[in-house]
Amino acid sequence: MDSKQYAEYIDKHGPRTNEWVTLLTAFGVGGLICMIGQAFGDVYKAILPEAPKAMIGSLTSATMIFLGAFLTGLGIYDKIGSVAGAGSIIPITGFANSIASPAMEFRKEGIVFGLMAKMFVIAGPVIVTGIVSSVTVGFIYWIVAMIG
Amino acid sequence: MVWWQYILMYLKVFAVGGSICLIGQLLINKTKITSARILVTFLVLGVVLEAVGLFSYIEKFAGAGITIPITGFGSTLAKGAIEGSKISLYHAVTYGLAAVSAGLTAAIFFGFIFALIFKSRSKKL
Repeated sequence: MDSKQYAEYIDKHGPRTNEWVTLLTAFGVGGLICMIGQAFGDVYKAILPEAPKAMIGSLTSATMIFLGAFLTGLGIYDKIGSVAGAGSIIPITGFANSIASPAMEFRKEGIVFGLMAKMFVIAGPVIVTGIVSSVTVGFIYWIVAMIG
Repeated sequence: MVWWQYILMYLKVFAVGGSICLIGQLLINKTKITSARILVTFLVLGVVLEAVGLFSYIEKFAGAGITIPITGFGSTLAKGAIEGSKISLYHAVTYGLAAVSAGLTAAIFFGFIFALIFKSRSKKL
């Protein structure tokens, strides 16, 4: 059976998930994670009224990332992911999961070439895109400021 | 803020954050796009929205609904770069990464620590 036949086989016999259900769970879980983030932001704002807005934002992201990585460690996040799809991938907790999950998975191949190398299998492209686009934006803004 | 303003804000966070994830799920259902591509797409969206100056308006309306999705990561990168561009070329190209250093540090550090602590449960297929 070649890969095309296999894909057809899976399409015919594999478990069928209703598209509308996946949209609904992605919406619900994604929205809920954002509300948890908003709550941490509000708490940090109350505890640290003097802190700049950027610091509150960074603390909130770091907290959500901690939770995402921790729940991945416990095996809970991947269970949420199997139901929520994009609802668990797109929030920043999903970014943490994309690092922690392969790190755990490939630990058996060694700390350096397993855990440390493979942890960037999904996050790598994200970080590269982020840095390249941020340098581009910074450079364009600098040029515009020079001319203007 | 009074109590009903908080409720309204959290509803907006839920609606906007949920909608972003719904669009992502729609992309997955229609195009079988991988999760790395989904993350990259929404990251770039955040960078672009910040670069053209639209992000802060959405953030004022939706709060964490737009900052907790990976779009917020992109926006913070671009915001740092724009801040830096007001100082010098050096700051223009380095302040983006500096702005997201907390998130990136947390992701790599906790990813490493928890991968050491927890054993991977082999997925049953």
